[in-house]
Amino acid sequence: MREILYRHAIREALDEELARDEKVVVMGEEVAQYNGAYKVTEGLWDKWGSKRIVDTPISEAGFIGMGIGASMLGIRPVMELMFWSFHSVAFDQLVNNAACVRYMSGGLCNVPIVMRGPANGGTAVGATHSHCPEGLFAAFPGLKVCAPATPADAKGLMKTAIRDNDPVYIMENTLLYGTSGPVPDPSEGDHLVPLGKADIKREGTDVSLIAHGRSVIRSLEATETLQSEHGINCEVLDLRSIRPLDQQAILDTVMKTNRVVLVDESKPFSGVSATVATLIQEHAFDYLDAPVKRVCALDAPAIYSPFVEDEQLPNPRRIIEQVLTVV
Amino acid sequence: MIENTPTSLDFSESKINQDLTPEDKIEFFRGMARIRRFEQTALKFYNKGMMGGFLHLYIGQESVAAGTLGLCKENDHAITAYRCHGHALSMGMDMNSCMAELYGKATGAAKGKGGSMHLFDPSKNFWGGHGIVAGQTPLGLGLAYGVKYQELEGCCLCYLGDGAINQGVFHESLNLAALFELPVIYIIENNGYSMGTSQSRSSSYKNCLAQRAEAYDMDWDLVNGEDLYEVRAKTHIAMERARKESKPTVLEIATYRYYGHSVADANAKKYRTPEEIENYKTYHDPIRLWRRRLIEEGVFTDAEADAIDKEAKVEADQSAVFAEQSPPPTVESIFDDVYWETDNNTEAGNTGRHFFND
Repeated sequence: MREILYRHAIREALDEELARDEKVVVMGEEVAQYNGAYKVTEGLWDKWGSKRIVDTPISEAGFIGMGIGASMLGIRPVMELMFWSFHSVAFDQLVNNAACVRYMSGGLCNVPIVMRGPANGGTAVGATHSHCPEGLFAAFPGLKVCAPATPADAKGLMKTAIRDNDPVYIMENTLLYGTSGPVPDPSEGDHLVPLGKADIKREGTDVSLIAHGRSVIRSLEATETLQSEHGINCEVLDLRSIRPLDQQAILDTVMKTNRVVLVDESKPFSGVSATVATLIQEHAFDYLDAPVKRVCALDAPAIYSPFVEDEQLPNPRRIIEQVLTVV
Repeated sequence: MIENTPTSLDFSESKINQDLTPEDKIEFFRGMARIRRFEQTALKFYNKGMMGGFLHLYIGQESVAAGTLGLCKENDHAITAYRCHGHALSMGMDMNSCMAELYGKATGAAKGKGGSMHLFDPSKNFWGGHGIVAGQTPLGLGLAYGVKYQELEGCCLCYLGDGAINQGVFHESLNLAALFELPVIYIIENNGYSMGTSQSRSSSYKNCLAQRAEAYDMDWDLVNGEDLYEVRAKTHIAMERARKESKPTVLEIATYRYYGHSVADANAKKYRTPEEIENYKTYHDPIRLWRRRLIEEGVFTDAEADAIDKEAKVEADQSAVFAEQSPPPTVESIFDDVYWETDNNTEAGNTGRHFFND
């Protein structure tokens, strides 16, 4: 299978959906003439023009709210946040209008919108640019959240999200944009990945690592050392979608290995891993041979210093350390 | 506020008002009477403890909703804040579904999920009813964006109070409206008070609030809200600018509310004098003025006006009976209307866990 970059997989998804549905509009800061701050939308303005690819001013509350209003009227905007960290200046729009307008209208309105952009630490940009708000937004009923780890999942989830009739928030990763992986050729048909479906990225028997986003990649790196140096055969379950969540896949892997380490780049308090741990103890308590352990970001604002930044995030060293406590 | 009210011209001479038939003029009276009677009934039963939450009354401001929304055509849309009953009724929502929504009943416009601040009817191009001050202002922009994107000749009337103009998102919306040349009209319903804080204590401005539009190279105008002819004439100009040239406008309509910010406003009679309220009721009440005008024009008689008002009162009373007799929503219905995909039982709606109790 051909290999393409994560950023190109997303661009391909956008391009295909722009072609499929004339209601799809890509909107955000620098997405058009500048070709995207992270070059995700490169070339789309040249191809589709100013009606479909729209540069906005630095005005997140304004343009995100505008996208929500347009989606109520049936337009399907794909809004780029240059960083998901900028969610805070548009929070009212993101959690009151996008999440609640369907409910408050008794189902009369709906909001078929996609919000996308990178949400990660690890790039030495300090605390305000390093937020991982997937757990935060998944806490609002009405919203859907996903965090693809591979180019194939990034493309498939993006296309699904655009076709979904509810607001879907996609958390990408600047450190993954330049990674490559196999993605089915468009000639083989639509590549769609459903929301709410996790994926086993590595089969194993001894310990389950459950992760999403870049933590999946870091977990896979850790499994090699765990196998070669410690003889531990880990399974890696990639959640892909945070809400809806594939609870069955979580329980299946726990029941298979009986030991679980949750790897989550967000902070430990109320993060995604906190919810997953709750579900495991509620539904698979009797299958556990060890306490559920977590590897989260160290619980402080993201440090700038490139010397220690990686130690604040889940990395193979920290993952291995936790896995060794449960076997 | 009233001091901004321009000296009056006779706007009945403008083309849009010359085109009105006597029946049209009577309908405006009926529309305003219905809003007032609806709200008086709502107040009565709110005070009896029949409904929860807040009740933001529009009484005194009826000419704004009736005058502006009466100009809407097929591709025109409206969205407003939480003081939304007048707009909902003016856009054609019926009293029963509105009153039942206030009561929190399953027969309410939003099945009891929104309440007084959140009345919606997209089938009538009415998009709410929004509770966060100025939170609706970019949504109005988006509705205008959608109209323009579909190359339709239409516009969006987006209402806000004078207290909303200092929110950042409103300024962001003004910039985007002018920058993208969107057919939106921001209507500042200036009743003089942002909750209990008077205009002079809450806003820094030169001459008037709408003038802020100049900073965004946008047209603006001041409107005397007590004169329905003027409301129509000036709003029509803005709407035609939006429909024909795809240009936004800010209108500031001077008006007044008789009651507090909401009925729960404990200081409603402290931050303004009783004389101020009485003066408005006596000399500036929009329904009273319109009624007098139509009698002077020979459009209807006092008795005919009374009959219309009585009909409105009966309709409002009946809507309260309807609401009271309607069933409440079920506990199970709490999970409806969260996601389109789960409501419609689609494959996506059945994939993965959407709700997390138990």
